[in-house]
Amino acid sequence: MTQDNHGKAYKFGMVIDLDKCTGCGSCMVACMSENNVPFKEDETNKKDSITWMKVFKLTNGKPFPDTDICYMPRPCMHCGGKGDHGHSPCVSVCPATATDYGYDTGIVSQIYTRCFGCRYCMGACPYHARYFNWWDPKWPDGMEEYLSPSVSPRMRGVVEKCSFCYHRYQAARDRAYHEERRDNIEEGEYQTACTQACPAGAITFGDLNNPEHEVSKLVKPDTHQCGKPRNPKAFRLLERLQTNPKVYYISEREWVRKAGDNYRDGEWEKSK
Amino acid sequence: MGFSMSELKKKTENSSSDTTEDEESGEQKTGVHCCDKKDKGDSGVGMGVLFFIASFAICFLSGWLLFPSLLYSKKEQPFNFNHALHVAETGGCESCHAFRDDGTFAGVPKNSACIECHESQLGETEDEAIFMTEYVEKGIEVPWHIYSKQPDCVFFSHAAHVTGAKMDCVTCHGHIGESTTMKPYQENRITGYSRDIWGENIWGVKKNSWDRMKMDDCAECHQEETGSKGACFQCHK
Repeated sequence: MTQDNHGKAYKFGMVIDLDKCTGCGSCMVACMSENNVPFKEDETNKKDSITWMKVFKLTNGKPFPDTDICYMPRPCMHCGGKGDHGHSPCVSVCPATATDYGYDTGIVSQIYTRCFGCRYCMGACPYHARYFNWWDPKWPDGMEEYLSPSVSPRMRGVVEKCSFCYHRYQAARDRAYHEERRDNIEEGEYQTACTQACPAGAITFGDLNNPEHEVSKLVKPDTHQCGKPRNPKAFRLLERLQTNPKVYYISEREWVRKAGDNYRDGEWEKSK
Repeated sequence: MGFSMSELKKKTENSSSDTTEDEESGEQKTGVHCCDKKDKGDSGVGMGVLFFIASFAICFLSGWLLFPSLLYSKKEQPFNFNHALHVAETGGCESCHAFRDDGTFAGVPKNSACIECHESQLGETEDEAIFMTEYVEKGIEVPWHIYSKQPDCVFFSHAAHVTGAKMDCVTCHGHIGESTTMKPYQENRITGYSRDIWGENIWGVKKNSWDRMKMDDCAECHQEETGSKGACFQCHK
């Protein structure tokens, strides 16, 4: 395994077209059922709920008739960290090595049996993509039978987050090995649950290192600038933190792109 | 603050110095006393050492010999399965333990696979009779205890190892194919894991590659073969 992000290794990423997203929440539902995400009888306290994929609602803050709304799905960004060397904010602070950076996939792992729940990673994550299990999961009667055997359920006291449906990558690799293709996985063989569930087709998933893949065509990542999008309509959240996320957003609307980072007066104009 | 601290220090030093003189002289006296006693009571010390060694040995041995039998519960398999006989008949592991088309490993075969040969009772053994009457006729899958069952958080790809790396079954599973009887399944009462994960040897001594199935054993081989233990998600889910 090579220790860099630019070689032959995969670099899986996601592109979300915010102009297509209707905020229906299908991605959230698909994610929860795919990944055995626990829920409580009363989910009204949103600070306690676990949502690997979460749809945020943004507004441009203007009065009628200029009001505009944008829905923004937020999975884990699978940050490459400064310089895209794999020093993601969460990976850097974990005292238990319960989360690490996969140099072969660019995916940030979370190992529940290794995590002891200090929640440093949650503090370090600028995207609030990590969640803590305050309780043991309680499934309604009979629902345990519906849990996915490919994803291990979590216990009380550990942190969990989006894994880009890594078990689907494992399954795709199993098939590739079985068909003696070794590591050659086709674009369609590994897709996340949210990507497939989106009725608007707003989410695209694939290998950012492969120029043939749709994600690369959409954002044209600049490998010399840690994958910064060359498509002017594309952006990454909090780009200037140099976390180098692998989740890209696309929008024709300028206020949406501006909402992707915190700009002081005049900074946005300069950054354009 | 610093001033008051040093003052306090001086005070305590003064106050203690008064008492230490008395104590020192007292200690000296008792100290001499002690030495006298020691010279006389050598046999007592010897007994103490003997007692220590004996009790240490008892605790140590009970810990290593008794504890494992307390830690592991034993479960018999539903009925005995003769691997050697079946390997001789069918020709190899793959005839029963096969891959599915999607590359996942089927593991222990279901009844439907067994019935391909065992349409009716083939042998005269008691085990065969149990299999036919209790499971095939009633349409129940045999609830085998899986010796090599890994914890929930582990992802193991048989395809990567058997098809990709061309490894032998024996490397991890040992010579199960040559066995004629099924050993009792031992389950760790605390973790619920099979004993084969930790290994038969309670000291953790490993002589063969199939003696243990812990994460360290996976990592050791990965380090040798691929030059890296691999990222967490390579084997976890």
